[in-house]
Order: sequence, then C-alpha cells, then structure tokens
Amino acid sequence: MQSVRKILKGSSFFQLIVNTLIFVFLLIELYPIIYVVSCSFSDPDAVNAGKVLLMPIGFTLEGYKRVFEYRDIWVGYGNTIFYTVVGTIINLLVTLPCAYALSRKNVAGSKFVMIFFMVTMYIGGGLIPGYLNVKSFGLLNTRAVMVILGALSVYNMIVARTFFSGSIPYEITEAAKIDGCDEFSTFLKIVMPLSKAIVGVMVLYYGIGHWNSYFSAMIYLDDREKFPLQIFLREILLQSKMLQDTVADPSASVEEIMYLEQLARSADLIKYCVIIVSTLPMMIIYPNLQKYFEKGVMVGSVKG
Amino acid sequence: MKRSRQKTKLKKQISSNWQLYVLMLPAVTYTLLFCYKPMYGILIAFQNFSVRKGIWGSEWVGFDNFMRLFNSYWFPIILKNTFTLSVLGLIIGFPVPIILALMLNELRNGKYRTFVQTVSYLPHFISTVVMCGIITMFLSPSNGVINQIIALLGGEKVYFMQVPEWFKWIYELSGIWQGAGWSSIIYFAALSSVDSALLEAADIDGASRMQKIWYINLPEIIPTIVVMFVLRCGQILSVGYEKVYLLQNDMNLIGSEIISTYVYKVGLEQSDFAFSTAVGLFNTVVNCVILCTANALSKKITKTGLF
Repeated sequence: MQSVRKILKGSSFFQLIVNTLIFVFLLIELYPIIYVVSCSFSDPDAVNAGKVLLMPIGFTLEGYKRVFEYRDIWVGYGNTIFYTVVGTIINLLVTLPCAYALSRKNVAGSKFVMIFFMVTMYIGGGLIPGYLNVKSFGLLNTRAVMVILGALSVYNMIVARTFFSGSIPYEITEAAKIDGCDEFSTFLKIVMPLSKAIVGVMVLYYGIGHWNSYFSAMIYLDDREKFPLQIFLREILLQSKMLQDTVADPSASVEEIMYLEQLARSADLIKYCVIIVSTLPMMIIYPNLQKYFEKGVMVGSVKG
Repeated sequence: MKRSRQKTKLKKQISSNWQLYVLMLPAVTYTLLFCYKPMYGILIAFQNFSVRKGIWGSEWVGFDNFMRLFNSYWFPIILKNTFTLSVLGLIIGFPVPIILALMLNELRNGKYRTFVQTVSYLPHFISTVVMCGIITMFLSPSNGVINQIIALLGGEKVYFMQVPEWFKWIYELSGIWQGAGWSSIIYFAALSSVDSALLEAADIDGASRMQKIWYINLPEIIPTIVVMFVLRCGQILSVGYEKVYLLQNDMNLIGSEIISTYVYKVGLEQSDFAFSTAVGLFNTVVNCVILCTANALSKKITKTGLF
C-alpha cells in the first residue's frame, strides 16, 4: 500500500506515465516490422485469412525459395547494388572536395559560391525541364542517368563543410602547406584521413538514397534489364492492390477478378519475403553505424 | 590607391588558392548542368511548346497555361489537398518528435533509452515503395490487421484506401510512424546541451519535473524548433510526391491528387509539357513566398530565422 502511494506521489507518478507512453510508442514502432517478418515465414493461406497477428503460423520457407527463383528480383538487386556503389562514389568525389574548399578561410568568392548552391535547394526547373535536360544530354534510358542525377546534395555538402570547418583546425593545413604540400595533397593526405567520420556519414546518407530511390528510375528508364530493385518490388506489391481495387469496383468482370486473383496469389506468397530481402542490407548496416548517423544530423544542425 | 591595393590582394588570394577552386569545379559543373540549365527550360511554361520546334521555335502564349490551370477542374482540388497534407503535417506531425525527445530525455535508464532510440530510427530506412506496401497490407479490408481489430470490436469493415477522406490521415499517421524517431534526434541533441546548472537551480527551488520541462527544457530548445519550423514552412507545397503517388488509386484521387503528382501525370503521362511546367512553376513560386513569409515572421517574433 505504501509503495503504491509512493509511486503515485509526485515524480514517481510522472516517471510511470513517461515510461508507459514510451513503451506504447516502442510497441507501435516495432509491431509492423515484426508482423512483416512473421508473415514472410508464414503459410500464405494463414496470412490471407488474417490468422497471423504476431508469430508466424504454419512456418515455411517457401516464400523465400520462390524469391530466389524469381529472376527479376536478382536483376533488380544487381542493378541497385551497381547504382548504389557507383552513385555513392560519384557523390563523394563531387561533394567532399567542394565542401573542403568552401570550409577554408580566405577563399575569395566562397560566399557567392554558397549562395549559388543554396538557391538550388529552393528553386529548380521542375519535372519537365529536368526531363528535357536529361534528354538533351542523351541520357534517357541509360544507367548513367541513375548515378549522375543527384550527384550533389547541397544539404549534405553543407553538413560536410560544417564538419571540415569545425574539426580540421586551420593550423594543420597551414603546417602542411609550409611543409610543401599543395592544396590537393593536403586534402588527400592530411584532411581525408582525419575525416573518416564524415565520409561515413556521407556514404550512408547518399547510399540509402540510392538504395531506396524509385522515382527517377520510373521516369528515366524503360528497359527492364536496367530497373532497380524498387521498381520490381513495386510491381509485386501492386498486384494485390490492383485486385483490391478491382474487387471494390462494381463494374469489374468476374474474369478480370479471377485473373488478377491468380497473379495476386503468387505475389502474396513472396511479397513479405521481398520486403525483407530488399530492406535487410539497410537494416544490418544501420545499427552498426548509428553513431555516425546521429553525428551527421547534429553536425548539420549547427549551421543551416 | 586603396582600391588597386585591394584588387591586387584579391588577385593574389585567387592565384594562391586556385587549387581550391579546382576542388569546387565538379560540384559547380554539376549544378550548372543539372540545376541551372533546366531553369531556362521554365520558359516553356509560357509557350505552346512542341518538342520538335524546341524552345526558340515554339510559339509564345503568355500566361495562357496558367489561366488554363486556374480554370481547370483539378486546380482547387490539388491546391486544397496539397495544403491539407502539409498543414496537417505541420499541426500533428511537427510536434510529435519534440514531445518524443522531451520524453526520451526523462528516461533515467540510459541503455533502455538507447534501445528505444535505435528502434525508433529503424522505419526511417524503409523505402517509400516498401512503406506504401506495408500501409496497404495493414489497411486491407480482407485481412489487414487494422480491420481485424475493428471487426473484433464489433465494427464495420473500413475500405481505408478507397475513401478519399481517409487519405490524409493515412498519409500523416504513417509519416509519423516512419519519421518521428529520426526527426527527434535533432531535438534530443539540443536537449542534451541544456545547462545542468539551470536544472539544479530549479531543483533547489522545488520545481516539479513537469515544471522543469515546461520552464527550462522547452524554452531552451525553442531556437532549434523555430529553425525546423521555418524549414518546414518552406516546403509547404512540396509534399513528398513519391509516397502520395504510390498510395494513390482511382478511388481516392479526389483526396490524394496533389500538385506534384498532377505535374507528373499531365507532363509525362499525357505529354503536355508546357502545361505541366506551368503547374510546377506555380508550385515553386508559392513555395518561395511562403518560405520568405515564414522567415520574416519568425525573425519578427523570435529574432531567429534562416536568412
């Protein structure tokens, strides 16, 4: 009785409320993830009947087996890895040198260059002028467009610049210059080895963007052999949605529904598995590099 | 005299730093070719543009494309939906990360807190395609978890994805699920730099924990909140089009068509380039006006702003 009173009194009661709210939040964040994982290991009939709520029912690896046999997914996987690796390397080559140069003192016109970049954060040509521009370079339906577009994120560049001006003391680069280094070798041999943290942040920020990107592939690519994983993922996930729409539509014919049902059934079997297979690399990489992420967000917040 | 000395100083600076300019070159080139060059394509918004004739051969039509937009059936709908989604996001989506950070800051067990944070960042890494897939699964009328709970409580099945009125809630709530943890990092960082002397002084004065949050922690992170708020206002019309597009279907279009998805459909599906560009330009202009207004307001009220 006394302990209950103690809990209810003042700050312990407060702590109880905070703990409860946080716990509810935790459940809400975790549940959908657990649900998808469980469904991926469950018998699709049980999933369709809505029996799976938390743990897998009718444990099976059939879905994963089908995923491994599904050619499109592996084409997409290969393309996505290619776009992510090459794209991220280009991102680094464009972003880091520029961020470093802009972080140095006494560079005439650096303010102007910053404005030149920042304008593009708010003003752009828009979809169609951008599309015509890509077309004018002859980049439509090429792999190149997937790695060149978005080569520079001004936001990321500002994050890197803030890091360089805060963490690389002016004295170090000055000393390197006196010892006979020019700017290029100072950057490569002195600054880069000291900047592993920011390289990590950039690799992750850009890498995730490439891995998850969907829209530019949809706009600029026609050739199935060049599609990234997200496009194929969309196709698989869409099949059951199309069925739902058609069933809800009173004008749909029975044949139409039957056909879509058949497509949706095979999609049903694998859709949870492809979600896992496509998201897994990110989920594995991320907790190991979490400290970098947090650092990146904080560095970026110091100066907008 | 003075000016010429300054000039030689500038020249010397440029010549001694030329390598730094070379380092900027890739980024500057990219920005010129892929950000500034398309800007001149905006001209086609004022044309009866045909790809064959090009920008200089096409006929100029003044503001015709804009008039067509303002008079079109979809204009009020897409404007309303775009504003609804972003304003609703501002009202219910913006405070959640702040509240979350304040609560996380009150957790005494460091390990538990780290665990909660780790879990809360996870959804941020899920791609939009997968996110929309999960949303559709959860809301499915036949076997979705949400509808099963509704059935368990004795309610009627809800066709969430087919009803336009539901769209904004689906969009916002799933956005909070995915982004609240990630967005709270910045506030949490701001909270951890609150001067502990302030909190100790409040302790001595007998302040309760709630009072400490309200009178110390919250005011201390106001500058961060303001900056984030202004940034958010600048994007009021650039609602994440990917997610909206992927959640759309013919049934909920009245509640889900927004400016940017409309630009896509008119432009690339119907190939009406000039009209689509005009819609996009309208969007950009309104965005800039809102951003500048928000910035000016925040400067006046809180003395902090973006620029």
